[in-house]
Amino acid sequence: MSTDRIRLALAHVGVVAAAALFALPLVYAFFSALKPNNEIFAMPPRLVGSEIRWSNFADVFAYGPFTAYIANSFGVAIAGTLVVLAVSTTAGYAFGRLRWKGRDVVFVLFLVTLMVPQEVLVVPMFIVMQWFGWVDTYQSLIFPFAFTAFGTFLMRQFFRGIPYELDEAARVDGAGPFRTFWRIILPLATSAVAVLAVFTFMAFWNSYLWPLITVVDYDAHGTLPIGLATFSGQNGTRWDLQMAASIISMIPTTIIVIALQKHLVKGIATAGLGGR
Amino acid sequence: MTTTSPAGLRRPGRSRLSRVESRQALGFMSPALVGLALFTVVPVGLSIVMSLFHWPAFGERSFAGLGNYVELFTANPDFWPALRNSAVFALLYVPLNLVVALSLALALGPRIRGRGAFRVLFFIPVVTPIVANALVWKMLLQPQGLFNGLSVSLFGVELPNFLADERWAMVMVVVMSVWQGMGYNMLIFSAALEQLPAPVIEAARIDGAQGSRMLRSVVLPMLSPAIFFATVMTVITALQVFAQPQLLTGGGPGNSTLPLVQFIYNQGFKFQQLGLAAAAAWILFVLIIGLTAFQFRAQKRWVHYEH
Repeated sequence: MSTDRIRLALAHVGVVAAAALFALPLVYAFFSALKPNNEIFAMPPRLVGSEIRWSNFADVFAYGPFTAYIANSFGVAIAGTLVVLAVSTTAGYAFGRLRWKGRDVVFVLFLVTLMVPQEVLVVPMFIVMQWFGWVDTYQSLIFPFAFTAFGTFLMRQFFRGIPYELDEAARVDGAGPFRTFWRIILPLATSAVAVLAVFTFMAFWNSYLWPLITVVDYDAHGTLPIGLATFSGQNGTRWDLQMAASIISMIPTTIIVIALQKHLVKGIATAGLGGR
Repeated sequence: MTTTSPAGLRRPGRSRLSRVESRQALGFMSPALVGLALFTVVPVGLSIVMSLFHWPAFGERSFAGLGNYVELFTANPDFWPALRNSAVFALLYVPLNLVVALSLALALGPRIRGRGAFRVLFFIPVVTPIVANALVWKMLLQPQGLFNGLSVSLFGVELPNFLADERWAMVMVVVMSVWQGMGYNMLIFSAALEQLPAPVIEAARIDGAQGSRMLRSVVLPMLSPAIFFATVMTVITALQVFAQPQLLTGGGPGNSTLPLVQFIYNQGFKFQQLGLAAAAAWILFVLIIGLTAFQFRAQKRWVHYEH
């Protein structure tokens, strides 16, 4: 019994040590964000600088169009998530609950598109954006990667688990398919919709490669990830502000994860996808 | 799952009904179909065409046949190094990521107090902007940064200039990437561990299995479907690596940390050679599909499914 106790205590020590090591970069970044810029690389390194400058977090907003980056990131992520939800739930309903000829063949074709990675699509997508006149627009940040078949797949899988008597009952009551979808099926699928919404929002929020390609005018359409790099300019890097801005950019998705921590493991098991 | 009886399916009027449902289904699917056509099918087709042309961002395009592919393999000075770098990154990143993630998932057992909070902590860098994470590490890895600063002031040992040293730059890109990405696999493994059937574990314990033997002979085989899934996904993400080297090293020093995706980005959007970039993207695609297919074929040898 006592060896078991010792083992458990050692396990706790190991986990705490790993967690401390793991958290070190984030903790140090946070305290660096509170230092004067010339103390970031002080020797020997100190966690806390000569003063605690909360004003750095305010100065970030005065340095360049940081407010616009945040507003654009929120706008694009929310709009993109709404598009993904609308497209995925409707298509998932067609694949999961309506009977029609060729359904399974079309569904497989849908799934095949999942194999094409974003990196293969970005080069031609830029040309498509030129055709549409969409280069450097909000549309180009929202739409091109909002139609991935993943959401449709997730919703279809979930819709198939809902008893079919409900559709029949609705039909008998005279409800059309859209009414059945909107009033009966969708309300039963809120947990799957929530999983999809959370992962989609985070993917848009963190998206880097595509905004880097399509955004030209950072002041107008820049999002947070591409805006973060603008703190290093010709006059050297404002590490203090860059760290403050980085910390700010981490807040929304961190809050989401902390708020949903009870559902984290189950959500991952449901969605089986990460933020990328 | 389906509760419609077979007899119901064959009732008269079914073909009319299914025609109506087909029309309705088309209505429900049209946004997805149009979007997928415009933003996946068209770009894929266009990309094939582009890879067969000299396609500068500005100026005349001309048909090149397989010229772009030939140029990549025989003339371009950065392509082979980019392939090598992607391979090196994947060979270091995938095993390290899986081992760290699995160890943490196993360590965070049900008897660890606050395991939920630990899981959240290890998962946070997965969901925060990769740019922010990379910039934090860039600061830490500077010659006057925290790591070297601690080493000098505590031990008097000067560490190499990690991001500018050819032998260390890739190592640090891998370390930073594992730090930022492994939380995802940790959760995959945690979810799988929670679903292990307790009676089997108990039976193995009664049979005398303990410690590392329990792990090797009982737990790992039962986790193998999750490990397989994680390996497949992690290999794919490893081949897609872009932001970490781009921000930490810019692909340098020289081209020693330039991976395939950054090569594609540079060719297309720095040097304006979109045809060459498209060709390189197809080679990336073939690599991803090939490696994934290989893993699916090889899984018989080591993945144990229940049924």
